[in-house]
Amino acid sequence: MTTSSQTSRLTDRICAANKAGRKALIPFLPGGFPDRESFWTHLAALDAGGADIIEVGVPFSDPCADGPVVEKASIQALEMGTTLKWLLEGLRERAGQYQAELVLMGYLNPFLQYGFEKLADDAVAAGVSGFIIPDLPLDEDAPYRAILQGRGMSLVPLVGLNTDLERMQAYAAVSTGYVYVVSVLGTTGARESFPAELADALARARKAFDLPIALGFGIKEPAQLAVFGDTIDAVIFGSALITHVREKGSVDAFMARWA
Amino acid sequence: MKKGYFGDFGGQFVAELLIPPLRELEHALKTIVPSPEFQAEFTALLKDYVGRKSPLTLCPSLSKELGFNLWLKREDLNHTGSHKINNTLGQALLTKYMGKPALLTETGAGMNGVATATAARALDLDCIVFMGATDVARQSHNVRRMQLLGAEIVPVQNGTKTLKDAINEALRYWIAEQRTHHYCFGTAAGPHPFPTLVREFQAVVGREAREQMLEKTGELPYAVVACVGGGSNAIGAFHAFVPDAGVRLIGVEAAGTGEKGCFNSAPLNLGSPGVLHGQMTMLLQDDDGQILPSHSVAAGLDYPGVGPEHAHLHASGRATYGTVNDAQALNAFMRLTRAEGIMPALESSHAVAWVLENRDQIPRGANVIVNLSGRGDKDMDIIEESLGSLLGQQGSKG
Ligand SMILES: Cc1ncc(COP(=O)(O)O)c(C=O)c1O
Repeated sequence: MTTSSQTSRLTDRICAANKAGRKALIPFLPGGFPDRESFWTHLAALDAGGADIIEVGVPFSDPCADGPVVEKASIQALEMGTTLKWLLEGLRERAGQYQAELVLMGYLNPFLQYGFEKLADDAVAAGVSGFIIPDLPLDEDAPYRAILQGRGMSLVPLVGLNTDLERMQAYAAVSTGYVYVVSVLGTTGARESFPAELADALARARKAFDLPIALGFGIKEPAQLAVFGDTIDAVIFGSALITHVREKGSVDAFMARWA
Repeated sequence: MKKGYFGDFGGQFVAELLIPPLRELEHALKTIVPSPEFQAEFTALLKDYVGRKSPLTLCPSLSKELGFNLWLKREDLNHTGSHKINNTLGQALLTKYMGKPALLTETGAGMNGVATATAARALDLDCIVFMGATDVARQSHNVRRMQLLGAEIVPVQNGTKTLKDAINEALRYWIAEQRTHHYCFGTAAGPHPFPTLVREFQAVVGREAREQMLEKTGELPYAVVACVGGGSNAIGAFHAFVPDAGVRLIGVEAAGTGEKGCFNSAPLNLGSPGVLHGQMTMLLQDDDGQILPSHSVAAGLDYPGVGPEHAHLHASGRATYGTVNDAQALNAFMRLTRAEGIMPALESSHAVAWVLENRDQIPRGANVIVNLSGRGDKDMDIIEESLGSLLGQQGSKG
């Protein structure tokens, strides 16, 4: 097991939920979805509804690691005029209002065009604790990780069924926050069942990382989690929440299921 | 230099889940591709199946008019009608060696789709092709060819419904099907090692052209000109000439309608650096880093990015990149068709047009090679629509 020298607010938050005898809840909502005003209402409702960490999506025109639900939501958010600048300003105005820790999840290009150092500064001011950048693997991430971690933020690693132990250990040596274990060899989207190899991947992640393990991709309802026991520490849900919001369901009702 | 980079461009900006198949491919590129068995089999396929080498044809009538020698590297004469087959056969053969039973690919004009579907038949592999719905409509002839070849075609309805979105969808599919499918990337772009792998298989174009030019004229050409979509025919044509400092390498991007602010496909001339489809390269994007829609009358050039090696050759100045608009390309199509009886693809027409439009820059008696990347039959519908009136006027004069 590798120990990361820096502990982060994200780690602490998940550990606190686990100490209270439950999995940490990490909803994902694209910024500016379903429209710019409702987004803030939903974000507040996720927070009030017991989210430990909220992953706020930064919409991108070409989200090639995402399935149709997230892609459609991202495009809709862009059409509603969502920009990274708008999102960061909105978060800064509301800094301190949320119980939950905030993580920005988005593809590299909008971050690059914003200017990565400026992004990191503005994210700190907006109360953001970390980033997830799905198209920034270990081989490319060093300069960006240094900028984020230098400001006390995490760059959350994504690993999956086809990530071997050695590679996980390489991530573990540099990562803080939590580990995002992708449940399927595929893109985001709610699924009925999980592949058999997932247990092995979770075991490898447990061995490699000293960080909490969050399971994401394909998670729809609490009943799906029973089989994982304490092999996971947190659960991430995105497409199911987006679909629920799209069908005019209330965020309170969605969160209540998981409480 | 960092692995997989050309200067500041390239890299491997992909989901972690795609790292294992890319690693596998890097390994195959290093170990299988250079092996004598692979090279022998590949060379035999190029000769006996594709019909290489392709001729280097002098255009007598246009040369006379222009005052310099216009030579065409005839990739249009390859089996399936474009340079794409050089790459798809190479990758299909590699897929066999890697022990995978199927190919997936993306296509814009449909030429790469047809070439991949063909290579799949030649080497007994399954094949699935992602194609933007707009391109399915405007390149229907190639869609029918792919269907006859037994490929599964997936029309992509997302985004701009063109090549960019087909690549997004292909990348998604590859994440899920990486154990059985090799992604036969259609151009010299995308994450490392694709830009290098595709160049490796297309470099035969420039190698042959260089030899043929020396044989026919005893000297190296003044310039080599090629159209640039993702950049595979251009990098294939350029590669052998890169060390020949005196040979001008000229890439031609599509300027769209050419009006100021119009959608175009000229990221080297009109774009800025960014990350898309696994690579750091020059892109058409807005201030927020969202990718802009592209446009060209040539579906195969209709892409908002470009392969990273071209971004590097552009930055370093070793190659220069011009632009040609839709009307100039259509005009060049007609000129070459009428003057020489050679009907170029609309993509290749951009390269021909650059020479016609920039004739004043070229010294008298110089030898200029244009890579004629493909033949024009696939574009009949667009050409008839765009040139309908022109054809009517010229029809009787011939
Ligand atoms: C005939 C022809 N030329 C050129 C291209 C552009 O691709 P590339 O820039 O990879 O050569 C295409 C793409 O479909 C094509 O069909």
